[in-house]
Amino acid sequence: MTDEFPHLGKGHVPVLRLGDVLLVTLQGDLHDSTAEQLQQDIGETIARTRATGVVIDISGVEVVDSFLGRVLAEIAAQARLLAARTVVAGMRPAVAITLVELGLTLPGLRTALSTEEAMQLLARPGPDPRPGGTRPGSA
Amino acid sequence: MRTAEGVEACLPIRSDMDLMWVRQHVRQAAARLGFGLVDRTKLVTAASELARNTLVHGGGGQMESARVTRGHLQGLRLAFSDRGPGIPDVDRTLSDGYTTGDGLGLGLGGARRLVHEFAIDSRPGAGTTVTVVSWALRPPHPREEM
Repeated sequence: MTDEFPHLGKGHVPVLRLGDVLLVTLQGDLHDSTAEQLQQDIGETIARTRATGVVIDISGVEVVDSFLGRVLAEIAAQARLLAARTVVAGMRPAVAITLVELGLTLPGLRTALSTEEAMQLLARPGPDPRPGGTRPGSA
Repeated sequence: MRTAEGVEACLPIRSDMDLMWVRQHVRQAAARLGFGLVDRTKLVTAASELARNTLVHGGGGQMESARVTRGHLQGLRLAFSDRGPGIPDVDRTLSDGYTTGDGLGLGLGGARRLVHEFAIDSRPGAGTTVTVVSWALRPPHPREEM
């Protein structure tokens, strides 16, 4: 039975550093405590590395419920207090539809369609990118 | 013929690890019943919200999963039950923004919008059962037609 559930289990999500940006890739189903641990790890890593941006790739995540949505929003809020910008990248269309119907539109969260676009967004100088789905190149 | 194999189940909800098993079960069961990607995502998300309610507000409980049919439609019925304190004011609990302090207060009202049918049976002091049904609205694959 467990062969059907390769992503099941408590895990540790690595926080990778690419220049001034921290890259986090979420895969499959996340244990609550894994998500909370990640929140803590990102804060500590920002403070230690002086990173100015965080990209969270959720293209491999099939379900974002209100708990995980709240953790993502809290990571972004926490990063902002530590002078770093956060972009959530690669949300699946089915997840976006579900979040809207759930009533969780996460207005403070910046998004990009891919990790590459998120990196471009963070590479741009100037003020904080507008939250709510700004794409590189848009006004 | 599509069978109820892998669909009928009773899963405990005692820890956040169990929430993962609930999500995995609902994902697999909905796929077996022919749910499309969006409907499956909605149902798994609703199940996650409801199972978390059972755990956090009901002090734990269980989820029963069953296949239901209506004409040629196949659906999945999920019943989340606990023996917790019950919900004194169900209508208020269903409104967005209602919260007992933990989370965003989207659990019940949000979950209701993600499923086709939604019912709450709650008695103060005796516990709460939330039952939801969603239907696989896409026509089943011909090879597995009943």
